[in-house]
Amino acid sequence: MIKLSDTTKDLHTRYLSVMLGPSHPAMHGTIRMNLALDGETLIDIDVDPGYLHRGFEKECEDHTWNQCVTYTDRLNYVSSIINNVAYVMAVEKLLGIDSKIPERALWLRMILSEVSRVTDHLTCLAGLCMETGGFTAFLYFVKAREYLYEVLENVTGARVTYSWTRIGGVRWDAPAGFESQLRDAIKKVRPVLKDVHGLFDKNRIFLERTVKVGVISKETAIAYGITGPFLRSTGFSYDVRKAHPYLFYQDVDFEVPVGVNGDNYDRYWVRMLEMEQSLRIIEQALVKLPGGPVMIDDPRFKFPDKEKVYGSIEGVINHLKLVFEDVNVPAGEVYSYVESPNGELGFYLISKGGNKPWKLRVHPPCFPIMQSLPEILKGHMLADIIPTFGGVNMIGGEMDR
Amino acid sequence: MSQIVLDKLKARFAGAVLETHSRFGNETASVKPESLLELMRFLKEELGFEMLMDLCGVDHFPEQPRFEVVYHLKSMSRGWRVRVKARVPEACPELDSVVSVWKGANWYERECLEFYGIRFKGHPDLRPLLLYPEFEGFPLRKDYPHKKRQPLAPLLKPESR
Repeated sequence: MIKLSDTTKDLHTRYLSVMLGPSHPAMHGTIRMNLALDGETLIDIDVDPGYLHRGFEKECEDHTWNQCVTYTDRLNYVSSIINNVAYVMAVEKLLGIDSKIPERALWLRMILSEVSRVTDHLTCLAGLCMETGGFTAFLYFVKAREYLYEVLENVTGARVTYSWTRIGGVRWDAPAGFESQLRDAIKKVRPVLKDVHGLFDKNRIFLERTVKVGVISKETAIAYGITGPFLRSTGFSYDVRKAHPYLFYQDVDFEVPVGVNGDNYDRYWVRMLEMEQSLRIIEQALVKLPGGPVMIDDPRFKFPDKEKVYGSIEGVINHLKLVFEDVNVPAGEVYSYVESPNGELGFYLISKGGNKPWKLRVHPPCFPIMQSLPEILKGHMLADIIPTFGGVNMIGGEMDR
Repeated sequence: MSQIVLDKLKARFAGAVLETHSRFGNETASVKPESLLELMRFLKEELGFEMLMDLCGVDHFPEQPRFEVVYHLKSMSRGWRVRVKARVPEACPELDSVVSVWKGANWYERECLEFYGIRFKGHPDLRPLLLYPEFEGFPLRKDYPHKKRQPLAPLLKPESR
């Protein structure tokens, strides 16, 4: 693959070493790559992450179980809901209450997870399209993302960092008019996807930047532990939602799109199709969304009503216990995983009893992908880093923790 | 779900598997650190665990042996999952590297070294990954103070802002 130019022999030139990032417009998420270049050919790449490391695990070990929900927001900040859901699902498993969560809460978690998946893919592809020269698609996608952000904002009260789930359910029920608002948003997102399909699918400039660029084989992807759209672009169909269904994914009808070549174009294609499948899931889930409470009816997890807090001694005690002590989780360990937009997002929790986690490990899906980049990109041109890195959808918060 | 994996492990490595359980559907085997590499090879080559999902360290202070390295494996062909754990003592926190079995272990082991100080024998490149090279100590150990700061540049004083 790597061909050295003859000039190195004749002219005694050296490889050029270039630091790409950490503050480079295309290195979104703050990451550095140390490159060795022969002309424009990449001889060696050393990926150097860590610029957004903020001690996520150490901080979590010093906070109570429910407080950690706010930290999970900051992992993948373009699809925070999925991190929230993955984390509380793991804690609920450890508590043994995962089968007692009200159905409405689970359906709502699933709907908002899918909305988040669409916003995540929109963000990723907006960046990818912009960096390959299509600023129009960036504007279209960010506009579409804004429709969905408005829905999320309406439900959770926040625009990016939602902190919406709680151990035992969700913080708030969806407001009145949520369903029609979401349906309207979907109606506005679909034409945008169609427009971008029209603009990019057969666009010569886009094809030349992406087809057969950044190719990864099925075997390499598996050896690195890569999951998600990156693995599916190679033609390997693995999706946690199908392989190990959680929430109500077994009750809705959807397909798992796969690619053929494992190149950048296939990753673009897989993400585009996945968004359509997510919209399908949302529509089906909205039909099936039941009524009822959104929080488990258990004073260990649910704040009592204000009348009870002010009117009964039991209510006061329950309220204060939750505020000062938070949830107590019995000793044990669990690994729970969901399908995040980048792949399998796993939480490995260890509790030794008490109200704080002993260990809260998150398995970030873009970590193994970044690790494989040197192998994928060696021998390519310098400019090929941009679409390949854009297709990874590396999120600094999740990568560096 | 993957109880069969634990049975096969126990049959093959009777002396090395210390303890097993399957709580919350996570099949778990605690193994002796000396036979870890051989056991991992067996898991990959004969039971088809092609994928190392996750690798992390745990500090069980003040229990002895103090540190533990936890591996989450996944078999794509058979749908199995298993968790393998190996404890290493504080006096000599060393374990065989599994980079030769799964390429993906490389960064995880680098991360484990910088946060817990667990060394991996046979690892090709043990530079720090997420922390800066000047960082002293192992931040995820339980005896590393939570509030300790190690700034490379002097922090701004509140009044000078």
